[in-house]
Amino acid sequence: MKRGLEGPAPEERPTPAGRRNKQGIRIDPEVEATHEPRRTVISALVAHEPGVLSDVSGLFSRRQFNIESLTVGPTDDEERARITIVVEEPDPGIDQVEKQLRKLVPVISVRELEPDAMRRELALVKVDAADPASVSAVADMYDATAVDSSPETATFEITGSRQKIEAAVETFSQFGIREVSRTGLTAMARGTDQTAGADLTAQPADEAKYGDNTQPADDD
Amino acid sequence: MSERAAKVTPTDDEQTDEQITDSAAPDAATEPDSAAETESETTAEPVTSGAEAVVRALENAGVEYAFGVQGGAIMPVYDVLYDSDIRHVTMAHEQGAAHAADAYGIVSGEPGVCLATSGPGATNLVTGIADADMDSDPMLALTGQVPTEFVGNDAFQETDTTGVTTPITKDNTFASDADHVGSDVTEAFALAREGRPGPTLVDLPKDVTNGETDREPDEPKTPDTYHVQERADSEIVAAAAERIENADRPVMLLGGGVIKGEASEACREFAIEHEIPVITTMPGLGAFPEDHELSLEMAGMHGTGYANMAITHCDTLIGIGTRFDDRLTGGIETFAPDAEVIHVDIDPAEISKNIHADYPLVGDAETVVEQLAAAVDESPAATKWRAQCQQWKSDYSMAYEAPEDAPVQPEFVVEALDEATSDRAIVTTGVGQHQMWAAQYWTYTEPRTWVSSHGLGTMGYGLPAAIGARLAADDDQEVICVDGDGSFLMTLQGLSVAVRENLDITVAVLNNEYIGMVRQWQDAFFEGRHAASDYNWMPEFDKLAEAFGACGFRIDDYDDVADTIEEALAYDGPSVIDVHIDPDANVYPMVPSGGDNGQFALTEDQL
Ligand SMILES: Cc1ncc(C[n+]2csc(CCOP(=O)(O)OP(=O)(O)O)c2C)c(N)n1
Ligand SMILES: [Mg+2]
Repeated sequence: MKRGLEGPAPEERPTPAGRRNKQGIRIDPEVEATHEPRRTVISALVAHEPGVLSDVSGLFSRRQFNIESLTVGPTDDEERARITIVVEEPDPGIDQVEKQLRKLVPVISVRELEPDAMRRELALVKVDAADPASVSAVADMYDATAVDSSPETATFEITGSRQKIEAAVETFSQFGIREVSRTGLTAMARGTDQTAGADLTAQPADEAKYGDNTQPADDD
Repeated sequence: MSERAAKVTPTDDEQTDEQITDSAAPDAATEPDSAAETESETTAEPVTSGAEAVVRALENAGVEYAFGVQGGAIMPVYDVLYDSDIRHVTMAHEQGAAHAADAYGIVSGEPGVCLATSGPGATNLVTGIADADMDSDPMLALTGQVPTEFVGNDAFQETDTTGVTTPITKDNTFASDADHVGSDVTEAFALAREGRPGPTLVDLPKDVTNGETDREPDEPKTPDTYHVQERADSEIVAAAAERIENADRPVMLLGGGVIKGEASEACREFAIEHEIPVITTMPGLGAFPEDHELSLEMAGMHGTGYANMAITHCDTLIGIGTRFDDRLTGGIETFAPDAEVIHVDIDPAEISKNIHADYPLVGDAETVVEQLAAAVDESPAATKWRAQCQQWKSDYSMAYEAPEDAPVQPEFVVEALDEATSDRAIVTTGVGQHQMWAAQYWTYTEPRTWVSSHGLGTMGYGLPAAIGARLAADDDQEVICVDGDGSFLMTLQGLSVAVRENLDITVAVLNNEYIGMVRQWQDAFFEGRHAASDYNWMPEFDKLAEAFGACGFRIDDYDDVADTIEEALAYDGPSVIDVHIDPDANVYPMVPSGGDNGQFALTEDQL
């Protein structure tokens, strides 16, 4: 018996003119529709309870979000913690990161910080101290504070933007670096602008278009 | 047809409510009716333990049934359930408990409850929890856990249940003290139901359930951090309404969210008022009557040709309660490529996740459809488009050949079952070809009558789902499990439960002695190499059914189909029809994974 159904074969059918890109956006020749990945900072205020950190980090790995750093710490309210995440994603991906984070029940609020937000990271750098004078000259250059020293080593604390820390590590490397330990980025909005507060009404649930927030996020 | 229809199984009268409650065996001791009644009338005693608080929380939430399996770590909860009015159905396997609870949730709209002990009990639930998560079905799982002081020590039957289930639950909680455990449960119950439904889990360490407390659980309430937006932004509604008014080729795409959001009626009225053709996703089956002329039925991988043509060529796609899953969209690049998309969903994260929404409408499906209905003043001028859709309906008819001399065609069996049952009959399925035939050839007209495993695609879902559906359904709704031979084999131990509880369900096994869906793909994409897809041998399911105490039937010929179905339906209790179908039957139309919906294949050589 004949198997299958009747009807015009695929090549006999009309085909539509349009197409979508991989992000599901209709390709409009008038508008540039592809979104390139960009690095940005997302801040989340969360309930300070066991399991939140693993919920958040699990979410990122499970959904294949590209994450550069994730830090968590207490806030002035002992029931709340702040999580700061540096992600590198195209606009639709950043949008998804925010929305998926908001879906986690212990997450109170989420926002992407403006490019001018304050960003800081701390690093401990342990170097060989064979030439103490040169080492401390470099430390001065980067406002690094000595935390520990021994006959063979000196350890400095450096605080600042990611670029500053990278530059410091690079410069210290001439003496021989023994170990580096970095905290990852923490950040806060400037002035009266709220980072990610308890004000839940401020969350745009149905933002139509991706933000104009497309300039690269430089660290200050 | 089998000659051994007469069976020795418990009749209705012999089975009392009390037997269903807590009975681990059919002959379990039963209390007289009056005892249960007096108890429910008197005001409840104050709680004294964590376990009592857990059960009180369920009672306060209005839970009528729970499905589960006993075990060490959950025993304190069972001990309290023993005296509760909640009817506990002892399942043969925890996976079945989770599927039964899931189906109960689909049919009733209220979270289904399942229970399991720690370790293997909890891990056996995992497939069912993941299934509920993918399909956004409301479900509450309660798992026993080793006493808190042993947690982390690899104690006997210890599994990090909250760790294992974090990615597959809407939310989960490790109960940390007896005073809070009742409220942990009510909160989890509320979360499972509110907003976009989903499974929640509370892990219950034995010291917590055994612990003393006099704290009554709070009323079911979602946590303060959980927010659901009910109404969509009115400006976007206005813009979407204008788009609909000006559409040349509009289509409504109704997903499972329409059913869960009780928006079927509102969608039906909107579509009919504005004469907009309607497509459903697979979970959306029943959201719109498939016998209505505006219905184009289901789109996607095994959707109808006309639905796939319409979705490919529309210029305005009104997607409601759908997550634009890849089985629906096929390749993203060719999905509704000319359409401006209006997307209604209660979960903001679904908006523009897979398909960019030009008009994102976050809110409750029914509320937003009513907002749209109020905002659309003029129906779109789409006479030509509707005519085109009708033309496609005849060009790509689902009519199949069923020659008398060939083996029984599965489509015929599905249609015969549909014919023999009422409009409100409930269909559950396994996963595979039979599931697709059940989706394609049964005419769904009512919401909550299609109960299947969509997102996870779990073989073995059908029978336990029929058990849960049966207990949630009205007495006049037939419950039919259209199963595959392979799928049935995975969970058929559930027959013991159906017999013990005397549940009136009919299982029709579309037996092709194949892992049929895999065989179809092998024929199309693996040069017909039937690696591990040919069973060659199958038990005789009718006899197996009888060994369980159910009523067994067998169909080999067309002549047997109608009569046997009638007999099986007439039997008051579980029956199994082993339907020997054409082993070479395939499911069409078919869009290969990632393919272009408009280029669906009608025969194998078009793939
Ligand atoms: C638990 C599970 N294991 C494996 C699969 C992969 N799979 C999909 S369909 C299918 C065949 C199902 O066979 P059967 O139930 O007989 O249905 P048929 O396709 O023959 O109708 C298999 C193995 C699955 N979906 N679920
Ligand atoms: Mg089969």
